[in-house]
Amino acid sequence: MIWEVFRQERKGQPFQHAGSVEAPDFRFAEIYGREQYGRRGESEALWLVPREHLSVVEGWADEFDLKYRRVDGYSIKARLKEARERAESR
Amino acid sequence: MDDQEFLEYVQAGGQVETGDWMPDDYRAKLVKFIEMHGNSELMGVLPEREWILRAPTLQRKLALTAKVQDEVGHSQLIYRVVEDLGKPREQCLADLVSGKSKFHNVFHYPTKTWGDVGVIAWLVDAAAIISQKALLKCSYAPYARIMKKICWEESFHILHGRDVILAMVTGTPEQFELVQEALNRWWPPLMQFHGNPIPADDDPMYQWRIKSQGNEEARQQFLDGYVPQMLELGLTIPDPALRKRDDGVWEYTEPDWDELRHVVTGHGPKTQERLGFRRLNHDETAWVRSVVLAEAA
Repeated sequence: MIWEVFRQERKGQPFQHAGSVEAPDFRFAEIYGREQYGRRGESEALWLVPREHLSVVEGWADEFDLKYRRVDGYSIKARLKEARERAESR
Repeated sequence: MDDQEFLEYVQAGGQVETGDWMPDDYRAKLVKFIEMHGNSELMGVLPEREWILRAPTLQRKLALTAKVQDEVGHSQLIYRVVEDLGKPREQCLADLVSGKSKFHNVFHYPTKTWGDVGVIAWLVDAAAIISQKALLKCSYAPYARIMKKICWEESFHILHGRDVILAMVTGTPEQFELVQEALNRWWPPLMQFHGNPIPADDDPMYQWRIKSQGNEEARQQFLDGYVPQMLELGLTIPDPALRKRDDGVWEYTEPDWDELRHVVTGHGPKTQERLGFRRLNHDETAWVRSVVLAEAA
């Protein structure tokens, strides 16, 4: 059984994927996880997750033009220039 | 994506995850390369293990034991990466003990004195960390990720080795001589360690961006970093042709590439003895593995 290991380096930081260990059950996974990813005090906490319990989501459809949700969807440079010119001529 | 597009992708710095499509040749090269790395970590503990019981102080014994634990841990992490690419760990171990797969040249040699233990921890690990740092940008991302942890632990080993060496060179003349003799023994294998100077662009491992630098670049980096450190301790480097040119490139006597080939194909002075020990150990610990699995079931 493969356990994916996520490691938190300091309190408050995100858990990041560090690697995996092979262990027949959680008891062994905990021992291996502690030895492999924490024996020098380099981790605050670990998440050990059986690989088959991870569901991957990927591939992002972009059929519609959704760029109004992003900063690159707003190009204000030309409009700002025009607005400034108008203000000056007023 | 076809093979050519994949090649362009990795050459542009792209990285691949376990489940992604990859060309068969890339997968085969990855398995061979990473498996040899795993084998080397596992075989690399044997020369050091021989000195655990003979370490000069309790502190050294503990430090050496910790280093051995680190290296075995590295082999476990690395074999996990190989397993996810399709080759089970049991098969890796079987191919290792039967002599089908290889391990690094430096682990085929004997450790005659405590001076050898210091030279291994300091200089062999220094040479290894140069190769391993060049894997931090490996196009196969799961391998690159575990390399971070491995490089971090190797840096302790270099310090431990340097400390051993410093204790000896500041000790009695006999102790100094042990270090000099060990350096004389290890210099040729160290110079062979990074491989023949094949241009990076002709090296398939570089073409696929499994490695991010060529063999000669790695050797030059090693000489640049460590020759001054050896000289400042008063050690003599056993190569009269060694010198740094004005353009910064190191010149040295051509390493014996036939010896390298001969050694890594199973003909080193300690190859068969160490593989025999690994085989014996694997058989004798079979019951532990079956008990662990039975308890969990």
